[in-house]
Amino acid sequence: MDNLALLPRCALGGDKPEARLIGGLRISENPGLAMASLAARAGQEGDVLKAARKLTGFALPGPGGMAGAGDWQAFWAGPGQWLLTAPFASHEDIARIVKSAVAGAASVTEQTDGWVRFEIAGARICEMFERLCNVDVRAMKSGQATRCQIEHLGSFLLCQEAGAAFSVLTLRSGARSMFHALETAARSLP
Amino acid sequence: MIINHPLLGPRDAQEFTYLGDANLIDRPDWQADGAGQAFYEYLYLRDNPAGLHRELWYHEQGDRSWLVVTRNISTHEITKVELARDVARAKGRGK
Amino acid sequence: MSQQNRIEGGQIDRSRSLSFSFDGIRYQGHPGDTLASALLANGVRLMGRGFKYHRPRGPISAGSEEPNAIVELRGGARREPNTRATVAELHDGLEAASQNRWPSLKFDALAINDRLSPFFAAGFYYKTFMWPKAFWEKLYEPMIRRAAGLGSLSMEPDPDAYDKGFLHCDVLIIGAGPAGLAAALTAGRAGARVILADEDFRMGGRLNAETHAIGDQAGADWAAAAVAELAAMPNLRLMHRTTVLGAYDHGIYSALERVADHLAEPPAGKPRQILWRIYSRRAILCAGATERPIAFENNDRPGIMMAGAVRSYVNRWAAAPGKRIAIFTNNDDGLRTEADLRARGIEVAAVIDSRKGEMVTDSSGRLGLTGITVRGADGQSRTIPCEALAVSGGWNPNLQLTCHQRNRPVWNDALQAFVPESLPSGLSVAGAAGGVFSTHGALTTGTGAAVAALADLGVTATPATLPRAEDAPYAIKPLWYVPHTKGRAWVDQQNDVTVKDIKLAKQENFTSVEHLKRYTTLGMATDQGKTSNVTGLAVMAELTGKSIPETGTTIYRPPYTPVPIAAYAGRSAGKDFRPTRLTPSHTWAAEQGAVFVEVGMWLRAQWFPRKGETHWRHSVDREVLTTRAAVGICDVTTLGKVDVQGTDAAEFLNRIYANPFAKLPVGRVRYGLMLREDGIAMDDGTAARLAEDHFVVTTTTANAVGVYRHMEFCRQCLWPDMDVQLISTTEAWAQFSVAGPKARDLLQKIVDQDISNEAFPYMACAGITVCGGLRARLFRISFSGELAYEIAVPTRYGDGLIRRMSALAEDMGGCVYGTEALGVMRIEKGHVAGNELNGTTTALNLGMAGMVSKKKDAIGSTLSEREGLNQPDALNVVGLRPVNPAEALAAGSHLINRDAEANAANDQGYLTSVCHSPHVGSSIALAFLKNGANRKGETLRAVNPLKDTEVLVEVVSPHFVDPEGERLRG
Repeated sequence: MDNLALLPRCALGGDKPEARLIGGLRISENPGLAMASLAARAGQEGDVLKAARKLTGFALPGPGGMAGAGDWQAFWAGPGQWLLTAPFASHEDIARIVKSAVAGAASVTEQTDGWVRFEIAGARICEMFERLCNVDVRAMKSGQATRCQIEHLGSFLLCQEAGAAFSVLTLRSGARSMFHALETAARSLP
Repeated sequence: MIINHPLLGPRDAQEFTYLGDANLIDRPDWQADGAGQAFYEYLYLRDNPAGLHRELWYHEQGDRSWLVVTRNISTHEITKVELARDVARAKGRGK
Repeated sequence: MSQQNRIEGGQIDRSRSLSFSFDGIRYQGHPGDTLASALLANGVRLMGRGFKYHRPRGPISAGSEEPNAIVELRGGARREPNTRATVAELHDGLEAASQNRWPSLKFDALAINDRLSPFFAAGFYYKTFMWPKAFWEKLYEPMIRRAAGLGSLSMEPDPDAYDKGFLHCDVLIIGAGPAGLAAALTAGRAGARVILADEDFRMGGRLNAETHAIGDQAGADWAAAAVAELAAMPNLRLMHRTTVLGAYDHGIYSALERVADHLAEPPAGKPRQILWRIYSRRAILCAGATERPIAFENNDRPGIMMAGAVRSYVNRWAAAPGKRIAIFTNNDDGLRTEADLRARGIEVAAVIDSRKGEMVTDSSGRLGLTGITVRGADGQSRTIPCEALAVSGGWNPNLQLTCHQRNRPVWNDALQAFVPESLPSGLSVAGAAGGVFSTHGALTTGTGAAVAALADLGVTATPATLPRAEDAPYAIKPLWYVPHTKGRAWVDQQNDVTVKDIKLAKQENFTSVEHLKRYTTLGMATDQGKTSNVTGLAVMAELTGKSIPETGTTIYRPPYTPVPIAAYAGRSAGKDFRPTRLTPSHTWAAEQGAVFVEVGMWLRAQWFPRKGETHWRHSVDREVLTTRAAVGICDVTTLGKVDVQGTDAAEFLNRIYANPFAKLPVGRVRYGLMLREDGIAMDDGTAARLAEDHFVVTTTTANAVGVYRHMEFCRQCLWPDMDVQLISTTEAWAQFSVAGPKARDLLQKIVDQDISNEAFPYMACAGITVCGGLRARLFRISFSGELAYEIAVPTRYGDGLIRRMSALAEDMGGCVYGTEALGVMRIEKGHVAGNELNGTTTALNLGMAGMVSKKKDAIGSTLSEREGLNQPDALNVVGLRPVNPAEALAAGSHLINRDAEANAANDQGYLTSVCHSPHVGSSIALAFLKNGANRKGETLRAVNPLKDTEVLVEVVSPHFVDPEGERLRG
């Protein structure tokens, strides 16, 4: 039996995450979060909300919303569906943690490696995203989350700080293309 | 076009994929008499009104909701948008 | 001589000089100039040649409506044909060249066409050059194409980038003339989110071109002050050099921003242009109006231009179109040109006012105007020497955008023009675009439109206090063309359409506007008839004795002005055409020198060449044989994976698959066939039951998105109360197929649990751990016909896993294989795939009729029983091998009985998948054959008329490898 642990890779392919600073905009790969999806079983949304509050300390957000406290952040993904994140280092087994918390009231699926997550911050972030997606980023308030299309890839756009900091999550296999698109947009600004 | 999503508000129709007539919700009972004919009519026969039309749109680049959109196909005016799941339940569909 | 026609004043920056060239000659201009204004200032009037007759032409306008002064800009790969000199912003080093002439603009050999004009009348290409027929394609058409036309492409890839973008606003204001500025001031001051877009590099519209005062200021100064105020508003976005191109449903507009066309080249990484999609809640069209010519004989000589254009060149650009200028008008607006010219010290040769019965009947000058012939009210003709003629036939509102959703304008008799009436929802019109031609009217309607738009949005706005402004009447008396003209009087100068051509169209009964347009080409090409459409219509109305509204209206489509195709492509060009999805083993595969293939957006390893392998077949054959002899590994992450959970998950799968799933035990996998509701096969895959209420379903790579959509449709629309939840997990797991007799030995070296045949039999699945505790999933399924597994680990460990497993395989005499070997092995095993699930085939065709359960409801099961899909001679999947093993089969070949003629009536079926089988030692195929299940051993011909080949084939079982399936279960 071979007990040598396998080495993990970041979505962009490196041992370590990549980052760029372009015209005051910082674009960085964030491999540090574990993620699980949570979908309420038929008629059990109330129990899910209760259990989730107990686990995370906050109420799961409604459509287009995001909430967070302590280790946990959650955003709305569809009717009765959320994505929950927590630090990978302490929550690598996030699906099992969430599943035991909701105790059959919801379907839970590990999503950690289904996605690549980029953090983007800088004063001109709205100008940058105007070149990338049809979301009204200037009107987006802190704590809003939406699915959208960026670089032809289905993505989530999370507003961490209005007009200043966003997260983009997209298909992990599209990490390179998305990083390229983000860099290109940042570089495009006058 | 802009589709006013019941949960998410106005969204560009580019985010959606189109399926067709909302009557596709009314899938026949496979055990009823004449089920073959009923399925044939369900799948192939459509009204083609020059006016209001109820149709199914899927928010593929969004929350994955199926919607029933009532749209005037002559003017593209959209008069009503509902979650298809609610429409299906109202039509008596269950499990 | 430098800028001999440059006069005092204007809105140019004389402190700096710009050097540019036209047809290789260097000239000087100033910032603020357009190419046309700078050339006029340098005394250059000749800027192009006509489309058909190659007659000398100069600019007739000072804007985007220009039909004549069409030039090539820049050189090398950045050469751009068919740009309008009238809107090309001058920059230092600009290179421009005339087009559609040879060898030079002043001497154009094809000007002979002008002498041959009787052959080139409207519709000539429908009539002449008809015989002999074979000559058309080879001789006539290429000849005409060379002779008639526009500029030429560089034939090199465009080195510049183009962006796309999305903007949102409460109010979009289109055009920054007096109406647009007034609207923007009102809406901006009220705090609304406003976009003000104008195609010019200087906002102000006609205020920059006229000498009207607004309040105590010159109009241009008032505009500059307004723009300065707007620029300081954080809620308002000023977009210079931005043309709004189209009005789409529900307040969506497209616009092209020319970010870097006025620079020698765009800064590195920055786009040349941006195509914007603008989401507006309300929009106000303030696009102004376009002046139209009056047709008279030889009205196309360089120097004859619109009166408003003459005022633009003189007032805004301080460029005199000539030293002596005559004026020809049918309205009061044209008359104002006289005062402006005199104020600038330019001699006015004559003012001919058609309302008094005077007409310009002809002109002279070979390469530019030298004089005009005037017939006075008394019927006497006289000639008047002049270098330019300012013509005003009235103004047409720029209402194009109001028509983009099929709304039609109406005729206004007082204005002698079409004006907007019904409008797209959310759009209003102000100023000259709505037929309000005075400055006062523009300011008032602009303000009013903004107040009304904001009121619609629930915002109360205070109208801006309006300064005094010109409010003169327009007083037009229509004159479309000068009567009794013998020669050619030009209506559409870009397409060389004359009054005579319109008469010819009428004579041949092409009187409907749509026929007129297509027969004469009136209104086509880059200017889309901005100066000619209404005139052409009016001429036709006169000829037919009908009123203009009876004759028709023209309707407009986007785009308002030409758009480079590159702008529509945006960044989606070259290798960025679409995103690339990379598999977890991509980095490793690239290190191995793998050859990659695009599968949708995915890039997959096709094969892994090794030293000494000179042909892809060497590599693929080796990978197949190695896998069948020892072990092979393949990255299969691209297969769609959907997590299906819920208490009704099993019943849900039971309904979306034709075969039963309800009783699949936990820890087992089952192959599933999904039908469309019409009974045709949609997709196939496997479903693994990880728990009572938890399955993982796989789809083919190509159908992953469509199958997921279908599952959501079933869940939400058909059975809304089922307790079932779906989510894609395609990307979350790196999944590898491990196949071959040594597959178990290899896996046992990394899997922490016992996977012996007893502990983990064929079609087993389980959550396991690998390499000392890493969570993983194992499925014992096979696509190759060998003992095989699929193992999945969280994607971040996929790279580590392929490195570990490939090293182990190497030690065991195995290898890693690509999609090509994967394909060969599935054909050898007789597994159907995309080639067979081609959207026309049923379970019966695929040899899976027995899988369609009759005991339950499933999508497609009822209609799969239709008589037409169940004929005795229905197609069945069979295997084929050439009778002569040296012969190669070709996919797409059709099967014909040995003694029958090869035609469609005798068609017996077709070959779907073909490969060279290293296992069989020859080419093999999967095929659909009529009643094929009962025809094993028959010999048929595989006929391929495209390749002109015919191969004798024997019908065999589709399972070339291990037909009993002993290897799978071993």
